[in-house]
Amino acid sequence: MLILGGITFLCVVLMVVAAYFAIKTNDLLSSVIASSTVSLMASVLFLILQAPDVAMTEAAIGAGLSTFVFLIALRKTERFEREEEQ
Amino acid sequence: MKKPGLKKRLRVKNIFVFLLLCYLAFQMFGVFGLLDLNKVKGVAKYYLENDIKDTQSANVVTSIVVNYRGFDTLGEVTVLFLAATGLGAILSGRRKIKRKRIPANAMLKFGSKPLLSIIILFGAYIFIHGHLSPGGGFQGGTVVASGFLLMLLTFERYKVEHKYVKWTESVAGLTFVTIGLFGLFLLGSFLANFLPLGKVGELFSSGVIPIIYIAVGFKVGSELTGLLDNMMGVVE
Repeated sequence: MLILGGITFLCVVLMVVAAYFAIKTNDLLSSVIASSTVSLMASVLFLILQAPDVAMTEAAIGAGLSTFVFLIALRKTERFEREEEQ
Repeated sequence: MKKPGLKKRLRVKNIFVFLLLCYLAFQMFGVFGLLDLNKVKGVAKYYLENDIKDTQSANVVTSIVVNYRGFDTLGEVTVLFLAATGLGAILSGRRKIKRKRIPANAMLKFGSKPLLSIIILFGAYIFIHGHLSPGGGFQGGTVVASGFLLMLLTFERYKVEHKYVKWTESVAGLTFVTIGLFGLFLLGSFLANFLPLGKVGELFSSGVIPIIYIAVGFKVGSELTGLLDNMMGVVE
């Protein structure tokens, strides 16, 4: 039970950190990878909550395919976010 | 003069957002902890108590998705189909983007061919055993599509034949609707379970559920494969 709690704590902390990083970074490639980390941690949390069906969907679509779709879109545009001019 | 003030305000806002996120994260711990099955009420209670009797499916989630709420799943599949069609229409209307990239290294080329068959086997396992183990048509279909994604990434001249993808998708969708209509004519309600139920835990059990989930698996897999191939651009 303690180990499970530790894993849960780690996942939640990593999710928050990765989500914050994905919003703040200028490098869009890192942002995509960070958002895929959020999905991966969410799928671990779903597994801990005994929802394996949802966990599989989240891992396959959230962490797998959607990351790839973002990467294709990124390859056809630019990697770095431009500084906004005000 | 204006800039530092703006920066400071932004930083304070950031800290507040971060604190809010932390607060929400720790609020999540309150939700954690497993549900007491004796306290489940309403429809959920009905599903948990009568699932074995009604459908003989070991996986309650599958029997809800395909049997009790089968019509919703048909809608879901239609939404996915429309999304894939829309993307194809948008991409084909513009000028063709040539597919070009640096060639993959020897290790990836050597490893991805045997891996493709294993990944497709795994995806097929997931959607064929949807009524026995976790997973089902959507998950298995996505796994199959990710196998083709590996091939698209590795071989620069690899191309999915859209003719076959289209046919697979159409036949799978038609199977779903036909089974629903059979249920309508034989038992009086759309997607009714008209096949013999069998015994819990056997592969050939729970009536139409495995057939529908296999159809959904084929449909989702071919749709996503065609979508990925569309997005990669045109082979010259």
